[in-house]
Amino acid sequence: MNNRTVEIGVGLFVALGIASLFMLAMQVSNLGTVTSSDSYMLKAGFENIGGLKVRSPVTISGVRVGRVSAIDYDDKAFEAVVTMSIYSKYDGFPEDTSASIFTAGLLGEQYIALEPGGSMENLADGDRVQLTQSALVMEQVIGQFLYSATAGGE
Amino acid sequence: MLDMLQKLGKATLGFFERLGRGHLFLLQIFATIPGVLIRPRLILTQLYSVGVLTLPIILVSGLFVGMVMGLQGYNTLVDFGAEDSLGVMVALSLVRELGPVVAALLFAGRAGSALTAEIGLMKATEQLSGMEMMAVDPVQRVVAPRFLASFITLPLLAAIFSSIGIYGGYIVGVELLGVDDGAFWAQMQDKVDLRGDVYNGIIKSVVFGFVAGWIALYEGYDAVPTAAGVSRATTRTVVHTSLVVLGLDFVLTALMFGD
Repeated sequence: MNNRTVEIGVGLFVALGIASLFMLAMQVSNLGTVTSSDSYMLKAGFENIGGLKVRSPVTISGVRVGRVSAIDYDDKAFEAVVTMSIYSKYDGFPEDTSASIFTAGLLGEQYIALEPGGSMENLADGDRVQLTQSALVMEQVIGQFLYSATAGGE
Repeated sequence: MLDMLQKLGKATLGFFERLGRGHLFLLQIFATIPGVLIRPRLILTQLYSVGVLTLPIILVSGLFVGMVMGLQGYNTLVDFGAEDSLGVMVALSLVRELGPVVAALLFAGRAGSALTAEIGLMKATEQLSGMEMMAVDPVQRVVAPRFLASFITLPLLAAIFSSIGIYGGYIVGVELLGVDDGAFWAQMQDKVDLRGDVYNGIIKSVVFGFVAGWIALYEGYDAVPTAAGVSRATTRTVVHTSLVVLGLDFVLTALMFGD
């Protein structure tokens, strides 16, 4: 084996190793949200998004139709603004579609479930989903339950 | 009775003798490292034979380990409806434990044994004493470049093992079993910590590279210069490296994650 083979081999090896280290590091921060070109954006404001994350799924009737592409906080309206990128082939959602944040399974990830309304007009790119339901926060649910239980007892 | 005591004493003394010689040998390597660094070509050839030639086994094993973890993890997690956490499970176990440890074990089998056999044979055929006769320090010329090479390659090999394993888990989990693509990566990114998990994994593999190189070279350098001696040294390299790597892994894990 001549010197050239050795050099090329070592070069490839080191490049591969550094690429792997880089990939491991990127895994942690953010892999870069890949939004495919054939999708459009919808926005929705939530009082509380719970454990929702960027890249979480957006579903309708349990079918995945897009992902969360950005999460921001609107300090004028005091609510979280979630931007969803929806695949273009699903473009017939009525204007009064509602969005809720649910949890998949007991320990699962949180996702946005859309529920179509009855309006004749459809949502377009950049539109805002008006009807939203926040994530359930367990402490609040328990608190409400305890409150109603004690109130009902009196 | 007295005979047995005598044997026990001899074995104990032999153990400490070898341990001491091993550490002196390590100091000798350290002393010659500056002289090696000015001749990088020596290290380059060793990087090839230690690192590049170990790459295929690392790639194949990493892929299959990742795929098995994807399969096993899915079957367990799906009972709890938590199959979205498959990515976290695969990534954490690879980055924290399996990557550094399995890479080090494979390294001991593939590269460590080769290093021992090579140096042991050099000693048996009196090439090392020949070098000494020509006033060439065999530790500097032969041992130190190999030590540096294994020190450099093992972290890279472990990183390659982890990444290819994660892709193996991805192939099985997402492509075959239908775990959600976004949840797989999103949960992984959320739960795997750069400092706590990735850096500690790299530190582990650096330590293992150091130890694996040291044991392999010492066993070769210290081998009884006969065919049987070299064969025994090669076996010892694999056994000792595996034991030390697994033992150290526990200690390092306890230090890093055991608060």
